[in-house]
Amino acid sequence: MDPARVIEGLRTIYPADRVLVRPAELAPYESDALTAFRARPVAVVLPQHRDEVVATVRWCYEHRVPFVARGSGTSLSGGSLPVPGGVVIALNRLNRILRLDPEERLAVVEPGVVNLEVSRAAAPYGLYYAPDPSSQPVCTIGGNVAFNSGGAHCLKYGMTSNHVLAIEAVLADGEVVRFGGESQEEVGPDLVGLFVGSEGLFGIALEVTLRLVPRPEAYRTVLAAYRSLEAAGDAVARVVASGILPGAVEIMDRLSIEAAEAAVHAGYPQDAAALLIVELEGEEPEVEAELKELLEVVRASGAYEVRLARDEVDRQRIWKGRKSAFSAVGRLSPDYLVQDGVVPRTRLGEALAEIERLSRRYGLRVANVFHAGDGNLHPLILYDGRRPGELERAEELAGEILRLCIRLGGSITGEHGVGMEKRHYLAEMFSEQDLRVMRRLREAMDPGRIANRGKMFPEAQETAALRTA
Amino acid sequence: MSVANPVLRPADVASLQEAVREHPSVWPRGAGTKTALQPPEGAVVLDLSQLRGVVDYDPQEFTFTALAGTPVREVEELLGRHGQYLPFDPPLCGAGATLGGTLASGLSGPGRYRYGGVRDFVLGVRFVDGEGQLVRAGGKVVKNAAGFDLAKLLVGSLGRLGVVAELSFKVFPAPRARRTIRVDRSDFEGVWEVLRALYTSPFDPEAADLVPPGTVWVRVAGRPESLAARVRRLLDFLSHGAQVVEDDGARVWEEAREFRWVPSGWTLVKVPVTPRRLPELERELGRGDSRRWYSAGGNVAWVAWPGDVSPLAAVLDRLGLRGLRVLGPPGPPFVGRPELDGFGRRVKQALDPLGRFGPYA
Repeated sequence: MDPARVIEGLRTIYPADRVLVRPAELAPYESDALTAFRARPVAVVLPQHRDEVVATVRWCYEHRVPFVARGSGTSLSGGSLPVPGGVVIALNRLNRILRLDPEERLAVVEPGVVNLEVSRAAAPYGLYYAPDPSSQPVCTIGGNVAFNSGGAHCLKYGMTSNHVLAIEAVLADGEVVRFGGESQEEVGPDLVGLFVGSEGLFGIALEVTLRLVPRPEAYRTVLAAYRSLEAAGDAVARVVASGILPGAVEIMDRLSIEAAEAAVHAGYPQDAAALLIVELEGEEPEVEAELKELLEVVRASGAYEVRLARDEVDRQRIWKGRKSAFSAVGRLSPDYLVQDGVVPRTRLGEALAEIERLSRRYGLRVANVFHAGDGNLHPLILYDGRRPGELERAEELAGEILRLCIRLGGSITGEHGVGMEKRHYLAEMFSEQDLRVMRRLREAMDPGRIANRGKMFPEAQETAALRTA
Repeated sequence: MSVANPVLRPADVASLQEAVREHPSVWPRGAGTKTALQPPEGAVVLDLSQLRGVVDYDPQEFTFTALAGTPVREVEELLGRHGQYLPFDPPLCGAGATLGGTLASGLSGPGRYRYGGVRDFVLGVRFVDGEGQLVRAGGKVVKNAAGFDLAKLLVGSLGRLGVVAELSFKVFPAPRARRTIRVDRSDFEGVWEVLRALYTSPFDPEAADLVPPGTVWVRVAGRPESLAARVRRLLDFLSHGAQVVEDDGARVWEEAREFRWVPSGWTLVKVPVTPRRLPELERELGRGDSRRWYSAGGNVAWVAWPGDVSPLAAVLDRLGLRGLRVLGPPGPPFVGRPELDGFGRRVKQALDPLGRFGPYA
């Protein structure tokens, strides 16, 4: 559709100051956290009310104009990359917590509410919202729902999907639907489970009911330093086998330790080849008993230095280093790609050795920082986009890592989603007939194929055309 | 089951697919423990009892994959030998419930309180869709965000979206010790307050069920060396009327899980609810003949009802609640507030365009 007519149409829904069309205004929306790709939408609209979102979707459907819903643009898989010539619906102004009900342990929020804000609002009642992606100070619940975001604490309590009770959404052809309920139990098919992680292909969540959980009475966070990455990996297997169920089990390798240390001064041991972070949480007597065993297991696993977070400040410092690792790695290299493939936990050591080998073969540095307890890798592939061919080489290396994960019986993504980045690999993980059913579901919700077109499934929109460099 | 329903017993997944392709109306069944759920007239029953066995289990992975007709009990015994368990207490396990039936009926027992229910532990499925195609979704690893999560979708689908052939679950290390505390109060309001206080506290029990008129059952699980201290603190918190049960409460939890408290021939209905609404529900239902057992911290009302359920359906409808028939005489699965959702209907149309698996709601 002619851009002028799209803009004209959108101005029937919004006042002029909430339809962004000038290049300088559009620039911040052209890319997300997958910075290697960029696309210019015709317009960005800034709804302040859900009715405006519904009206926009209906208008887009009627005129077959593709749209992409966007929160804070922190997707690492290019999940909120605009469709060229399409509309971006920026949901940040729909940021109200509509209801906080501590007695029922739930919160009803608009999609633009920032993840951490939910926990902040719940804190006075001793509750919090458990999923904690590293981007939680900025990422939104709408984006978390679309991509089934995870975080460091999935081991015990699962991902976004395990914490959403109900959703009201506008489907891609404009119908407003509501499913799920306030109870943690349901009857009938788990539609919430289907919608969460659908990557914006079904429509846009307008209102999300979240489950809150009581803040654990006690945390004990252990930091252990190892002389090799393999030794840290083996320690994870020992911890898991001991029967302890930690809240989080994380590993950082030498490169990511250096980067995090330089960026936020987390106080990590600087000579370590790998760091293991294990966090226990729960009732005080239980955590104390677990800690005793954990320390024995960790010491027996060859750690040369073991530290226990002294207090909450110390604990937060440890986590700050871990959670800022992605951005910190940005100091080591002008550009990087992050993968988040998953391997069976017992194959972690094998996967890391193979990544190391691939890194040498491609001549690109790879930093590893990952959710070891879940087998969820996060190799950060460092490259320089200004050097001809280096992005392509980085992508090729990323692809080999994804295939490695599939070969080992895992998944191409644990928590970042397929997005536009990994869509060509979905067909390697699933058969044609698996994908056919997924496409049929997509068609059922989005007959016009306008909602987040080009994500999850390959489409006409070509990868090459969207490259930044 | 009606005598009129022919029964097929596919010996493998390929014959299951063939059976789906060949019949315009099919209805999967595991062990048939959810007696109220019966095939529609004329539907061919696909008895999955031959699709049985654990396909893949590496204790170090804390995951397993098994065929849909595998009895839960068999899996629990296998896991138990390696110090692992499915924390959500799959119901009717003693009666022979299968993994596939547990998923399709979407039922979880008292243990769902701590770590979540069947939906939170299923990782992946292989299922036969309405065109007889074998479809895989999800995976075998504990974390996976690739593709639509059809494994979760099939939870509670009652076989109406597809026939589950194989399932993968994550499991947790089993607690080595358990204690059960019972709290008695003179009336429902009193005991309800106890449950509510516990629900928002940092105490981390494995199960918390309320049985009218005035008892809350709390199960604490974990390491043997810390259990005594945890129980002491919990007794203090729950204050008067709280006491540790002699036999570790095995009997009461078994009774809950197997619905032994439901009188024979009565209808058992699962009603999702929230803790705050229990008194209202109790006022409505407590007058008549029914029996109630509130589970999962007050997130499920199990209602046992004698005879015709239409009065119960009317109450639920008035309260905006919807229930699922589980035990008792056969009837339409859902009672109470009708399902209005357009999303689910589209899903049904996409997965079962020919309507082989019966109506959506």
